[in-house]
Amino acid sequence: MKDTQTALQHLAWRAGFGPAAAELPKIRKAKLAEFRKALLTNSVSLPAFLEAVKNPYEGMAPEEVIQKMRGASEEARKELRAFNQEGIKKLNRLWIKEMISSKAQLREKMAFFWHDHFACRSGNVLHVQQYLQIIRSHALGKFPDLLLAVSKSAAMINYLNANQNRKNSPNENFAREVMELFTVGKGNYSEEDIKEAARAFTGWTATYSGEFVFRPGQHDAGTKRIFGHTGNFNGEEVLQLLVKQPATARFLTEKIYRFFVNEEIDEKIVSSLANGFYESGYDIAKLMQTIFSSDWFYKKENIGNRIKSPIELWVGINRQLPMDFGNEDAGISFQRIMGQTLFNPPNVAGWPSGNAWIDSTSLMYRLQLPKIVSAGTDFAITPKADDDVQMGKTARPIRALSAMIKWPLYFQSFAAIDPEKLREAVKLFLLQSTTCPSDSMLDKYSKENSRESLLSSRTILLMQSPEYQLC
Amino acid sequence: MLIKRRSFIKGTGLATASLLMPRFLHAFDADGKVPPGNKVLVVLQLSGGNDGLNTVIPYRNDIYYKSRPGIAIAKEKAIRLTDEAGLHPSLSFLGQLFAEGEMSILNNVGYPEPDRSHFRSMDIWQSASGAKEYLETGWLGRLLDEQCKNCEHSTQAIEIDDMLSLALKGKSKNGFAFKDPRKLYQAGRSPFLQDLLNAHDQEHAEHTVSYLYKTLADTKKSTAYIYEHSQQVATGVYPNHELGRNLKTVASLILSDINTNVYYVSIGSFDTHVGQDVQQSRLFGQINDALQAFVSDLKKNNRFEDVLIMSFSEFGRRVAQNASRGTDHGSANNMFFISGGLKQKGLLNELDDLTSLKLGDLQYKIDFRRVYATVLENWLKVKAEPILGNAFEPLRFV
Repeated sequence: MKDTQTALQHLAWRAGFGPAAAELPKIRKAKLAEFRKALLTNSVSLPAFLEAVKNPYEGMAPEEVIQKMRGASEEARKELRAFNQEGIKKLNRLWIKEMISSKAQLREKMAFFWHDHFACRSGNVLHVQQYLQIIRSHALGKFPDLLLAVSKSAAMINYLNANQNRKNSPNENFAREVMELFTVGKGNYSEEDIKEAARAFTGWTATYSGEFVFRPGQHDAGTKRIFGHTGNFNGEEVLQLLVKQPATARFLTEKIYRFFVNEEIDEKIVSSLANGFYESGYDIAKLMQTIFSSDWFYKKENIGNRIKSPIELWVGINRQLPMDFGNEDAGISFQRIMGQTLFNPPNVAGWPSGNAWIDSTSLMYRLQLPKIVSAGTDFAITPKADDDVQMGKTARPIRALSAMIKWPLYFQSFAAIDPEKLREAVKLFLLQSTTCPSDSMLDKYSKENSRESLLSSRTILLMQSPEYQLC
Repeated sequence: MLIKRRSFIKGTGLATASLLMPRFLHAFDADGKVPPGNKVLVVLQLSGGNDGLNTVIPYRNDIYYKSRPGIAIAKEKAIRLTDEAGLHPSLSFLGQLFAEGEMSILNNVGYPEPDRSHFRSMDIWQSASGAKEYLETGWLGRLLDEQCKNCEHSTQAIEIDDMLSLALKGKSKNGFAFKDPRKLYQAGRSPFLQDLLNAHDQEHAEHTVSYLYKTLADTKKSTAYIYEHSQQVATGVYPNHELGRNLKTVASLILSDINTNVYYVSIGSFDTHVGQDVQQSRLFGQINDALQAFVSDLKKNNRFEDVLIMSFSEFGRRVAQNASRGTDHGSANNMFFISGGLKQKGLLNELDDLTSLKLGDLQYKIDFRRVYATVLENWLKVKAEPILGNAFEPLRFV
């Protein structure tokens, strides 16, 4: 029973953002196979569009938009910056909300993985909004479609300077990163391949509203030689050549394995998964189903040994302990303090992972968070300034998160559990790690004068343990 | 006590290895005192891209005045450094240091294919990577990795901030970040955490959870150690702003016998797209006053020879001003070195060449990693190549 619950929760943590409090009664009874089936089924349908802003240039020709921007007053420019910044923040909140409450947990988790894989920043909310929709709607589809859509997205075109890549004046940035970081990986291409591929991508650009534009006049239609093939390839054809390389399947599978299963790879498993992935034409949903249906996925060494990234930690807490925030930017503040803000990865290589999340300072913040949330105390931490966003303003300290925990909802999830089994039940629900603070020690700090106080005090204590940092 | 224990160890066979170690390694001694004569580095990060041309002013250069009709600093206002160069008027104390041979200036520092994003360029400076290379560790973090494998207190590198910068993150070791040593100390003193630690010692945990407990134990021990040492309050009068307070914390620690030899402080924002003069002057005023208090404190306590203050910014700014009496993101920039132990004084190289611009930008002449190599090899006395990944020829200012 106990092992089954841990296995179910393992799946909930890896294929999603952890078990939700409301699911607890089900989790305590369900069989692994049916739980898994529901999890996969819930992510089949395509996601609704997360719309933070409407396009203010709807119906305007791209040239008109450019004209308008060029002639804009200082005041109008300021307004546009605010429109973009507020819009991106809103999109952040909307996506976090999906991660917390969507039934399509696997889809959102997978999209989060692709956001890290296709790491990208943009100051244009229309571009970010479009990019997010691409990674969410293609998250479980075929990788070649995802790759094509992201590569032609306005966000990526601008981020990797594809719009500056012209015939006779190439910019190789996109061609390099698409090979090194998005497909075949380092060591599987030559400098010559990059040069030639960059030529094939010439002419790609995008409008301010986010439409892809191909400029034939700037495209180099000459013959290129890439991966031993010769032809007058265009950009789309280069992407096809890249997914034809088995190295791409291998590179992606390894990354997926590290993210969803274990940072230490099992060579035999990964190469067999990679072969299957390649044979299936890069069917992402199928690959994930194979992983989650394998016995090895539920082996002890793969459970409770992954350090939650800040987003996983934040969303996970919110799923396990339902709460509202008086400060609507609480989630974004937390992301900035912990160094993982959505739509703001450090660079095109994405976020670091594993132990890299933990230093003395960040660990202390993580351990203090549950107490701050429950007691409503001050955070009083100043995140690093982000001059790309703040335009010369100084960073302000982050104070109250103003969290309001919905304790009655939480208590309800434990309603059917006998009093003498309550201690064990909370622990089992909150921790995936094999080590755990002992009962006698928790007894010393928890308040036990009522069922409610026992539940709430033990929950906050367990969330303050190093073990809670793992899933 | 400390001395007794040392002399005891010296009297035993255990001392052999430690005696064979070069002198610098004693900075990372198990019980931690930084012996007099041991070198300390203070990095001062100017966040936001400081405008180097209005910092070190080429006041005999017509191109400078022509490119910046609204914001150029007039010759009579600048503090005279040499016949060619002046210093921003808000940096009077630094002008004094320069005149006394306690500050040197390196011009034209940068890297190939400069990136104009603040974040990315800062990433490059902090990780000491190439422009097309993505590293998850910083140059000072890798210094810890190399030098601190068996340190008892991993407090060799401290950042005075609420968050740890990439610069101080290593593969296996990290620096420490805090603004207020007391706050960190109190967080670490929670009895619940202590009980968790006590209980965990007896368990054979799997790898990842052990790493967390190890970090926690180390944090607890080190915060107590730092707090204890920060109690020796620097005696000077420091200006009451953030940089002033932060440098006071640094001075307090340097003057204690803590084992830290790298400190990291930041000030910003220098991102002066609009109305540059007011903002830059205000920030320079803060730097000037804070450094005056800091350097005086060090001098009074005879530690100025052992401390090197190094300033940098993620990029300089364009040569021409923009339409808002500001400047936009550029490339190469200057760096300051302040210490009582400089080997080369004054201007270390020629001023920026305003005649050979690349699309309106200065072209760098000195790779910033050569500066890091200099500081590592000549000041901290460690081999730079394993830390920087490549061999960079050191300069000679220290």
